[in-house]
Order: sequence, then structure tokens, then C-alpha cells
Amino acid sequence: MQVTFKIWRQEGPKDKGAIRAYEVDGLTEDMSFLEALDHLNELLVLKDEKVIAFEYDCREGICGQCGVFINGRAHGPHDNMTTCQLHMRSFKDGDTIVVEPWRAASFPVIKDLIVDRSAFDRIIEQGAFISAKTGTAPEANAIPIPKEVSDRAMDAAACIGCGACVATCKNSSAALFTSAKINHLNGLPQGHAEEHKRVAEMTYQMEIEGFGSCTFTGACEVECPEGISIINIAEMNARVTKSKVLG
Amino acid sequence: MKLDAKIPEGKLQDKWQNYQVKSQLINPANKKKLNVIVVGSGLSGAGAASTLAELGYDIKCFCYQDSARRAHSVAAQGGINAAKNYQHDGDSVWRMFYDTLKGGDFRSREANTYRLAELSAPLIDHYVQQGVPFAREYGGTLVNRSFGGVQVQRTFYARGQTGQQLLMAAYSQLYKMVRAKKVEMFPRSEMLDLVVIDGKAKGIIVRDLVTGALKRYAADAVVLATGGYSRVFRLSTLAIGCNGSALWKAHKKGAFFGAPSFTQIHPTALPQSSEAQSKLTLMSESLRNDGRIWVPKQKDDPRKANDIPEEERDYYLERRYPSFGNLAPRDIASRAAKERIDAGFGVGRLKNAVYLDFKHAIERFGLETIKDRYGNLFKMYKKITGIDAYKEPMQISPAAHFSMGGLWVDYELMTTVPGLYAIGECNFSDHGANRLGANSLLQASVDGYFILPNTINNYLANEIKADHPTIEHPAFDKAEQEVKSNIERVLAINGTKTVDHFHRELGKVMWQECAMSRNKAGLEKAIQQIKEIRNAFWSAVKVTGDSNELNTELEKALRLADFIELGILMCTDALERDESCGAHFREEYQTEEGEAVRVDEAYSYVSAWEYDSGDFKLHKEALEFEFVKPSVRSYK
Repeated sequence: MQVTFKIWRQEGPKDKGAIRAYEVDGLTEDMSFLEALDHLNELLVLKDEKVIAFEYDCREGICGQCGVFINGRAHGPHDNMTTCQLHMRSFKDGDTIVVEPWRAASFPVIKDLIVDRSAFDRIIEQGAFISAKTGTAPEANAIPIPKEVSDRAMDAAACIGCGACVATCKNSSAALFTSAKINHLNGLPQGHAEEHKRVAEMTYQMEIEGFGSCTFTGACEVECPEGISIINIAEMNARVTKSKVLG
Repeated sequence: MKLDAKIPEGKLQDKWQNYQVKSQLINPANKKKLNVIVVGSGLSGAGAASTLAELGYDIKCFCYQDSARRAHSVAAQGGINAAKNYQHDGDSVWRMFYDTLKGGDFRSREANTYRLAELSAPLIDHYVQQGVPFAREYGGTLVNRSFGGVQVQRTFYARGQTGQQLLMAAYSQLYKMVRAKKVEMFPRSEMLDLVVIDGKAKGIIVRDLVTGALKRYAADAVVLATGGYSRVFRLSTLAIGCNGSALWKAHKKGAFFGAPSFTQIHPTALPQSSEAQSKLTLMSESLRNDGRIWVPKQKDDPRKANDIPEEERDYYLERRYPSFGNLAPRDIASRAAKERIDAGFGVGRLKNAVYLDFKHAIERFGLETIKDRYGNLFKMYKKITGIDAYKEPMQISPAAHFSMGGLWVDYELMTTVPGLYAIGECNFSDHGANRLGANSLLQASVDGYFILPNTINNYLANEIKADHPTIEHPAFDKAEQEVKSNIERVLAINGTKTVDHFHRELGKVMWQECAMSRNKAGLEKAIQQIKEIRNAFWSAVKVTGDSNELNTELEKALRLADFIELGILMCTDALERDESCGAHFREEYQTEEGEAVRVDEAYSYVSAWEYDSGDFKLHKEALEFEFVKPSVRSYK
């Protein structure tokens, strides 16, 4: 199988990048998309060129480190899937595949396809935890949590922090990411003590990181590899109002 | 040097208590004066960093990923064991201890293994408090399921994302302490050497993976929490970035390597489909709770799985191990699959897989129940293979997975270098020659949260008055210079072959000779072959780009150079052990039925290897079984 990759190359944060084309042959349908890029990189090394910098780690859809724009869509042509789970059988022989980094002001490009998502860590830092020290826990079954409550928390907690929601949003909003974490913790009895403070501080951090506002287009939930619903955003907004009244 | 495991006095049940009573304490004012480096931010690293910070130490935590949340603990799907006995099915700390010791084929310490079981119950309490959404019953209590090698239900889980959920809890707690300015976090940073001053671990050399700059960090103690090294096989269930370099540098600086060859081959990964493959995706072992493993009775059966009638299917695990069936431990299930595949009964395009079938489970429990239990795993399977496993069986195959081996540590989790600790998968401690499913998240967590924070004080108490190290010390100059020249040497070769080429070569040798089944001639040959790969690498590898920039190719080359040397040690260790135990199966030592033959008279010890200028010297820590009698491990 042969394709033409058109890939964003950018030496560093301050450089002006550009799309470069690479014709790649010798691919198979069973290869993952990232393995096709590995293959291209091996060819580049042998041609004495610098490799394309792109991110990955687990390559099984759970670490959240991979993520590029492929033909104008976050994580490629399918809904709810990470880049590492995409296989070349989703493309045809002779296809041209355009590959770009996440585009968002809050995710500056570091090099080629690699962006800096540390803004997410800083949102987490502002309250995505339960302030209890190791060694202070009561017996696990002491607080019963109904299955529906636990399942709902799990649905929200499934976020892998890949940033596709931000990348695909026309406003570069981090509302889906932030709301998922807030609803996970605020939905559980253990998270109640700090619920209002958590909502206020995390949403504030989201704003100062420069993420845009949510206008409910729903684009994020289409790309979210964990299928996290935008209902979470509505719930977060309700919690913000509540925290202003009660917090 | 005589290895002293520092096992505390007393009955098994009292040892940890006795240890803590006698361990030295440090007052809170003095803890502030002490710095600890933690390398790795997975369950053990993040757990240790946050807990040590809560206790008052100043912590620097490093990871090579872009965020602490990516650490590979994230990938564990199935669950975490704890002796809570919530299911009222006869579980206890003792039974869990015994299952783990037996699962490891009696090649781990009684005291360590008991402590693992003992601390499992409070760990579940801890994670629930941290907001982990474990599976619940309608009444609100926690659910359990079974895992391999065990006849009780003691596994807690959060859908198929248990590792991810536990890591999120650990990462959140870590960032809570970042916010409190007690932890400084260094993502995109890779440790490239350990700095030892007057025989004690006092710092590390780190490469900033964005700028390429080499940086020095000094501390009163160094904790390695760098995970497993099965990427030595290239194809494994591990993340692509997982590596053995931190361990290997520490080994070269004096830390003994324990049982390096003990590697778990996981029975339920997706089969390899091409030469270009970079990774073998794991399907959780929990699937074996309800899935049944089989191959056709007829060789090269051309029919589709669903067209093969019941009486023509060989449920070989149920046939060979009737009492444990599909829940036989991993080493046994993997070898049994290999036996069928090698005998020509493999399925799939490359005949390298076996079936994992949910037909009966769906008939029995209904589609909805199976979806609730394993929905995301089935979804993942479909994403990767394009096949709907609700309708036809999955195809699975064994893959390199967990490193039971690692840096040798004593009861305090300290290596043979004073002040250097190894926690989580990167040490050799609790699992012996084979790890039971759902004990990995457990060990990483208890090491980081509960054990290390209660043992490191015993060392640091004596460091308060000692000179605090500074990065101007000549030992830092020397270490940094060595790292620098190593990088320059790799870049200067400018040969004709890629890093991945050599990694594939290494992987093939390791998989062929040092994986599920090993023999003397094969291992001797493998050592020679790996030495040839080493020579070829250092004369023909080509790495483009520079050292002073983000250079993923250089990162891979440095990691591979260490994997090559580690591969030689793994084969050396496997060659030395003339017996079969757990995952270490030497073909010369088996019964007529193909079961492992352990040789307790000669090999009831932990091998601990000392690096000796390119060679390895064996030390032995005898395993003394004071409380249980090692038996022949049978799952029939």
C-alpha cells in the first residue's frame, strides 16, 4: 500500500512551520497509523534526514499521549477513537493523508506534531483531588455508593486527557475535559466536602489558561475516545452557578 | 558481600508491625531539610512522591512522558486484589499470601509476600477515599471478581480501566502536593545516570527531552519507580517508551539485579500481524472469567470458528487443568497456548493465535451482563481488529508482559546501594517467578503509599547530620561527562541501519530463546548473538538530528543500548538456573506431561547479579521457608 503523507514540520516553538509531502510505499493495511509514521521515520533516517517528532506511549488507547489532526479531524476519520487505534485499513491505496498537530493557543507546538498540554495538568492542580492524606481512610464499604452514582462518576472519570476535545472545538474550549473531572469527583460522596471550591478554582484556571468558552456545538463528544458526553458540560455549568450561590 | 534481606523478627503476622516499632523516626522539622528524588510517576512513583511530600519531605519527581498521568500503570485493565473477604468466600490475608507465594512458585520471600497481602485491604480503603469509582452493587457495596490462579473473588475493578482510575487518583494526589509546593514535577525528563558519593546514592543526571540539556539534581535519597523492562523483547504489552535504562545505570553503579530473567508472558494479548508491528495490545485477563479458550481438534482446520461444532473443539485449559480451567495462572496458560500453537493447532491468518470465546457466557448471563462487565474491552478489540467479539470468538496470543525481576531490594525496598530504593515493577520482591493477575497494581501501590514512606526514614534519620550533597561535587562532573560522551558516541557512528532495526533483531533473539521456554544451548547461542548485535549496533547504527534538541531517535538509541546489555544479563540468569519455576521454563526440566520441574535443593534462592566491568557476578539470597512448606505447584 502506498500513500502520500502531508505532514506539518516545525523545528521549534518560535519557528514558522510548513506542510511537507512524503510519498511512502511498502505499507500494509494491518499497520497502525503510528506504525506507518514509524516506517516513514526509518526511511527518513536512512536518507539522513531528521525524523518527524510525534507523540505516543501506550499505543492501546489509554495513556492519552498520542493525538494528531488527520485529514482535518482529531484522531482521524473515525468517531471516538485515539490516533494509536487507527489502522491503515481505514485508508485507500494512493490516498493523501494530511497530518497536523493539535491547533489551540493553549497547546503551543513544541516541535512538528508535538504540542504542550501542560495546561491540563495545571487545571488538575487546582482542585481535581480529594484532600485526604494517605493513611486516613475509613473502611471502604463504610460509605455505600449506589451503582448508578458510581457508574455516572466512572463515565466522567474515563477521560484520558488527550486534548482532542480542545483541538476539535472551534473555540478551543476545555469544557469537556474540565467538566468530566469535576463531575467525577463532585458526583461521589468523598468529593462533596470540597465541591464548590473545586468547581470555582478549576473553571477559573481553565479561563486563565486561555481556553475558549463552550458554545455547545457537540464537536468534542464526537472525537472523545472515551465517548464522554457534553451533558457533563451542562452539569458543570449548573455546578458553577450553585457554587456561586452556596460556595 | 553478603546479602542481608533485613527480615524483621517474629511471627509472619507480626513482622511488619515489629519493623515499624523499631524503625527510626524523623521529627517534622527535620523532614523539611531532607530532599528525595523519585524517578517515575506511575502508581508507585506518584504514590511515594505524594505521600513523602505529605509527610514533609521535599520531593522532585521525574517522568519521560509529557505528563505524570501517562505512566504505564494506566494500561492495567482488569483489577487490583485485596483480602477484604467481602464476598464471604473464605478469603483471608493468609490465603492471599499463600496464593501469591504459590503463584510465584516459591521463589519470593515469605515476609515480603505476606506484607503485600496484609496491606491490600487498607489500600482499597485509601483508593475509595481518593475517589476511585470502583464497580458497585445496587446496594452500594463494592463488587469483586475472580482472577487467574485463585479460587476466591478478591479483585476490585473500575470497568476495564482499573489502572487508569488508580493512576488518576495517584496523579491527582501528586498534583495536590505540587500545588502545596512540596513536589516539583519534571515531565519530559529522562534519568540517564545515578550519582553515587561515598557509596551512597545522592543524585541523578537527567536529560531534558525538549531542549536536550543535561541537568544535575542532588538529593538525600533516590527512589526508582521506573516500571518494567519487557520492551527488551521489542514486541510486548508495554508502552513504547517503557525502558530499563534507569535500572541499568543503577546496576552499573552497584545495585544488584535480582532474577532478571523472570519475565511474565501474558496469555491474552492480540497476536502479531506484521513485521512492522510496534506493540502487542493486551486484552485483560479478566476476560478469562467468562471466556473459554479453545483451538480446533483438527490441525489447520479451514472452517470459521462459529462453524466448528462443540465436539470438535479442544478446550485445552479445561482439559489439562480441570480445577482451575480457564483461570489457570498466566505462565501455565501461556505455555499451554504455545504448546497447541507449536503443535500446529493455532488459528488466525498466521496460525499464531487461540480462540477466546464468549458464546457460552452470553447464552448463560445475557448480552447485557457481558457488555456491562467487559464492554470497553470488546470495543477496543473491535477498534483494533475490526471484529465484533460478541458474534465470533476473539483471537489471542501470548506476549511479553511483566518483569518479575528487577533491582534486588531488601525488606525496606532498598537496593544494595545505600540510599537507593526501587519500588513497584522495577524491583524484584513479591512475585517470585510468576505474578498473579491483579497483583501488579497492588504491589506498585503498597510499595509507594505504605511501605517506602515507612522505611525510608530509617535511612534518612542518619542523613540529617550528614553533608547534604551539592551538584558541584566531582561525582556529578564525572557522571555528566560520561552521559555526554555516551550520547556523542551514539551520534558519531552515523552508520547504515536504524535503531528499530537493531531492536527488532534483539527482540527476535530474546523471544526465541529467553521467553516462554528456554534451554541451555539456545541461551548460550543467544548470548553470542546479542553480543554480535551489540557490536553491530555500536558500529552501524544511524541516528539523525542533534543532542541539543528534541530527538526521539536519540532517545530510542540510548534506551536500546541499555536493553542490549540487559538482554545478555537476562540470558545469563536463565542459563544459570537449572530448573523450571513459574515463568522460567527450562525444557530440560519438565515432566512427561510437560509440567515444570522445580529443583528446590539447588535453586531455592534469589539470584542477585553484580555488575563487574562488563561481566556479571552471581550472589545468592537463600530463600528460607519458615511458615509454609513449598509444594509442587499444581492447578490440576
